[in-house]
Amino acid sequence: MKKFIKVIVWLIAVIGFGVGLYGLYLRFTTGHRMTDYGSYIPWGLWVVFYIYFIGLSAGSFLLSTLVYVGKIERLEKIGKLALFTAFGCLVAALFSIWLDLGHMARVGNVLFHMNLNSMMSWMGILYSAYFAIILIELWFALRIDLIETANTGRGGSAGFAKFLTFGSTDTSAESKSRDHAKLKVLGIIGIPLAIAFHGGVGSLFGVIQARPHWNSGLTPIAFLIGALASGGALLTAVVYIWGPDKNKQKLNEMMKFLGRIVLALVLFDFLLEIAEFLVGLYSVAPAERLPLEAILNGPYWYVFWIIHFALGVVLPAVILFSTAVPKGRPDKNVGGAIAFACLLVAVTFIAVRFNIVIPAQINPEIPGLEYAFSGPGLKFTYLPTTMEWLVSLCITSFGILIFLIGEKLLPIVKNDNREVA
Amino acid sequence: MALIDIEPHEIRQRMINDLQRALKKPVYKRHWAMVIDQAKCVGCTACTTACVAENHLPPGVVYRPVVETEHGTYPNVHKTFLPRPCMQCDDPPCVKVCPAHATWKRTDGIVEIDYNRCIGCRYCISACPYSARTFDKGYFYTDGTPEIMPYEKEPNFEYGKEWPRTDRESSPIGNTRKCTYCIHKVEKGMLPACVTTCIGDATYFGDANDPKSLVAELLSSPRARKLREEEGTKPTTTYLV
Repeated sequence: MKKFIKVIVWLIAVIGFGVGLYGLYLRFTTGHRMTDYGSYIPWGLWVVFYIYFIGLSAGSFLLSTLVYVGKIERLEKIGKLALFTAFGCLVAALFSIWLDLGHMARVGNVLFHMNLNSMMSWMGILYSAYFAIILIELWFALRIDLIETANTGRGGSAGFAKFLTFGSTDTSAESKSRDHAKLKVLGIIGIPLAIAFHGGVGSLFGVIQARPHWNSGLTPIAFLIGALASGGALLTAVVYIWGPDKNKQKLNEMMKFLGRIVLALVLFDFLLEIAEFLVGLYSVAPAERLPLEAILNGPYWYVFWIIHFALGVVLPAVILFSTAVPKGRPDKNVGGAIAFACLLVAVTFIAVRFNIVIPAQINPEIPGLEYAFSGPGLKFTYLPTTMEWLVSLCITSFGILIFLIGEKLLPIVKNDNREVA
Repeated sequence: MALIDIEPHEIRQRMINDLQRALKKPVYKRHWAMVIDQAKCVGCTACTTACVAENHLPPGVVYRPVVETEHGTYPNVHKTFLPRPCMQCDDPPCVKVCPAHATWKRTDGIVEIDYNRCIGCRYCISACPYSARTFDKGYFYTDGTPEIMPYEKEPNFEYGKEWPRTDRESSPIGNTRKCTYCIHKVEKGMLPACVTTCIGDATYFGDANDPKSLVAELLSSPRARKLREEEGTKPTTTYLV
C-alpha cells in the first residue's frame, strides 16, 4: 500500500511539474500580464501559496525541535524527516514569492537596501538565517549517516553522500554526542527564529492599517498556530509514508501521539478563527464585514465551508478523535487513518491561506473607485487564471520533487528502520 | 466658494507666479501641495486623461481617477466628484513598508519611487489607504493589434528622468507607479497636467510653505478637508468641500 502511495506521489509530482512548466514558461515570457491580480487587488494566488508553504515549513521545523531540543524519545527517528520536510516547503515558499515579484532579478535589494521599518525586509533577514540553520542542522543530523552511506553504499547515492560529508570521516561516539550538542544549540536558536519569521509573516499582514481584515494583533498568532497545525499535519502524513516503519507498534504509537498534537492544534486554530469571525461580524463597518461576508456567503463560499470547514476541520477532527485519542494499544490500521486525516488538514489548509489573503482586498478603499476608471487590474474581484494555477502547480510539484529526490538520495530515514529497505 | 478674493482669470497666473517664487527657494524649503475644490469639479475627467497622456500611462495604471458619488433620490439628486491623485502623505504608510527603500518622502513633500530599485512586491499598494498606487503589468493599448504603436514606446519623464517603454521587462514595467504631482514639469516651472487641463479651475497647486501662495490661503479655508484623515497619514492633498 505504501509503495503504491509513493508511486502515486511520484507520478503526481512529475506530471504536475511537467504540466506546470508551461505555466512557468508563460510567467517568464509574458510576465504578469496573464494574471488576474493587479492594482486594486495586488496580491493573488502566488502570495497564497507562499504563506501556505512557509507555514508548512515553520510547523514542520518547530516539531523537529521537539526531537533535538525537547528530546522526546518516541519522535527520535523522525527529526531528520521533519527538517527535510521543512526544507522542501521553504524552497517552494521562496520560489512562489520570488515569481510574484515584478522584478525578480532585484530580489537582493531586500537585503542590500534593507528597510528595518518594513516587515518584508525582516523576512529577508529571517529567511536567510532560517535557510542557513535548516541546512546546517540537516548536515549535523545526517553527518554520521552520510559517512556510513558513503562507506557502505553503492552507486550514485554513495558518491553523493561522500560529497556531502565534505571530508568528514569521524563516526566515533564522541563526535556523535558533539553533533547532538550542536543540534540542540541550533534547535534552540531555531525555535525563536521559526516563531519570529512565521509570526513575522503574520505581522507583515497584521501591520497593514489600510486593510482592517488583516490589521489585528491576533493575525501573527493565528499564522503561528495555523503553521503548527498545517505543518504538524503534513509531517504526520509524511512520517506514515516515508518514516521509520520497521516496528509497526512503535510507528502506530508515534502516529497516535502526533495525531493528538495535530488535533489539538487544529481545534485551537479553529477557535482563533471563530473569535476573529464573531468579533468581525459584530462590526457594521464595511471594511470589517465585507471580507468575512465574502468568505462565509460570497460566490466562493465553498472554499470556506466545504474545503476548509468540512474537509479540513470536521472530518479530520472526527477521524482523529476516534483513532488518536482512545487509550490502549493501537490497532494496525490506526496509523493509516491518522495519516489520512492529517493529509486532509495539510492539503485543505490552502483554503485558510486563500481566505486570509484575498477577501481582505475586496473592499474598495474609496467607495466607487472601481467605476472611476477601467482597465486590467482596476477591479476589486479576483479569480486566479489558469496560468496562475499552472505556476502554483509547478511550485508545489517542485517542492514535492525536492523532498522525494532528497529522500531517495540522502539517509533521511535509515534503511534498517524501514520495513522495506 | 473658496473664500478668497480672486478673479477666475487671475488664478492660473497667480499659481505660475507662486511656482516661480517657490523654485527660487532651496528644495527643502518648499512643500508642494494640491487643493481640489469639489464644489467646482464637474466630473469631466479631463485631468485623468491629461495625466494619462502626460505620463504615458499604460492600461491598468491610473494616477488620478475621478470617483463619482450620487446622493439622494429623484427628484432630489446630487452628484459629487472626487478626483483622487496621490495624497503625498506627510506620514506615508507606503514608505514605511517598502522593503528596499525604493520609495521615500522628499524634502519638498513629494513621495518618490525609484523605479530602478523597486522590486515589484506591491506591499506599498496594499498599505496605501487611498488605492493611489497602481501596478504596471506591462500592457500596451495596442496589444492584440499587428503592431505596438511607436507612440506607446515613447518615454515618460517622471521624476525628471527618461523612462522609455521599448520592452516589457524594463522599469517602470513591473513597478508600482503613482501620481508625482508632475514634479518633472513643476521643476521646469510648469503646473501639473491635471491643473492646466481642469476646465473649471477646480485644482490648485503651489507651495504650502509660502504664506503668500494661493494654495496656502486655500489650505486655511474652513471648507478644507483631508481624505480619510483618521488614518493618521497626514495627507498633503486637500479638498474643499
